[in-house]
Amino acid sequence: MLAVPITAKTWGSLPPMLDTVTHAIAELGRKTIGGVERVGALTRFLGQILFSSGASFRRIGLTIREVYFSGVLSLIIILVSGFFVGMVLGMQGYETLQTYGSEEKLGVLVALSLVRELGPVVSALLFASRAGSAITAEIGLMKATEQLSAMEMMAVDPVSRVVAPRFWGGVISMPLLAAMFSAIGVFGAYIVGVVIIGIDNGAFWSQMQAAVDFRYDIVNGVIKSIIFGIAVSAIAVFEGFAAPPTAEGVSGATTRTVVSASLVILALDLVLTAFMLRGWR
Amino acid sequence: MARSAFNFWVGVFVLAGFVALLVLALKVGNLGSDGVRDPYRVKAHFSNIGGLKEKAPVRSAGVLVGRVAQIRFDNKRYDAEVTLELDKRFAFPTDTSASILTSGILGENYVGLDGGGEEVMLKEGDEMKLTQSAVVLEQIIGQFLYSKAQEGAPKKAE
Repeated sequence: MLAVPITAKTWGSLPPMLDTVTHAIAELGRKTIGGVERVGALTRFLGQILFSSGASFRRIGLTIREVYFSGVLSLIIILVSGFFVGMVLGMQGYETLQTYGSEEKLGVLVALSLVRELGPVVSALLFASRAGSAITAEIGLMKATEQLSAMEMMAVDPVSRVVAPRFWGGVISMPLLAAMFSAIGVFGAYIVGVVIIGIDNGAFWSQMQAAVDFRYDIVNGVIKSIIFGIAVSAIAVFEGFAAPPTAEGVSGATTRTVVSASLVILALDLVLTAFMLRGWR
Repeated sequence: MARSAFNFWVGVFVLAGFVALLVLALKVGNLGSDGVRDPYRVKAHFSNIGGLKEKAPVRSAGVLVGRVAQIRFDNKRYDAEVTLELDKRFAFPTDTSASILTSGILGENYVGLDGGGEEVMLKEGDEMKLTQSAVVLEQIIGQFLYSKAQEGAPKKAE
């Protein structure tokens, strides 16, 4: 009824409209291909790091330096956040458990959520923003100021001298930080649950020990944090090494490290949790 | 910063990490606390194990004496064969009865042992003959309704 008559005008306006649609599709395709390319480049770079990480263990001082910068300097944020997360879990868990009259199960709730999930995940997220961004910015700036090219010119491989020690420093620090996060979180829950609210001390610890299994809960948590450590460190050094050598490029790379490392941590966590709960078979 | 200072702080960091792991393993987890050291295994057949799971506690008089090591379906007798790992410190007579109980109303299932009067003690690989299955709530309700119906039936006939 209200059919628009096909005139020269409608035909004339169609190509620009089509253009926006095809542009959007082309842009989507370009983004997808770019993303896949980055994944490929990251994997190849990870292989290159592993291949040339001999020096990081032969000259262990290089790696120890990086453990200091990414691990020791992240201690404060990890310990303080772990303590607060544990205290909040204690309060929230108590509020809910109390309605079932089973508030002495608080220890189980807090310990299992910290050891299985929050310890590895939250400390990896904090690690990505505290240490990962610093690694990216450092390597990116070294590239922008042509320090890496200078090294190459002196026949020093920048991957084995600069990148690999930072990668291994992160991989070593991450599980230790996650363990400290969980331990201090349980302590925070103890402070709130037992000291402030007044749950029975013996029930709090004994129920926790009966429910938390060393092999299935603690070891799986450590495995998770090691994998997160590898992912965060690989992304951080890759983004720094692949950053465009400009001020803008370095800032963009630092942002991308935090964003993509966080997303990768959460996605990996889902996959790992599915495997760990359902078994590896 | 001098290299020795790096080494010192990284050493402190690594040690603190391992202490945290140790605390998690010993204080939070079950490593070392209630593991059954030096166990012997005995078997028991139950017609219904309810919600019993592997690693569930085995208690006698409420005290932890072992853990459930393995649960499998016996395809010859059509019942569940439960392997119990008991601590060598605790010896039970051969006529000990095993029953599947529940801690609290909604709690976990565990195996309760009641010692018998025999002189001979259970050894590795023995089987406990006296067992009592898990109580299934639906069956109890069903029996209750059935007995109620039985009570009511004659009255109607009169």
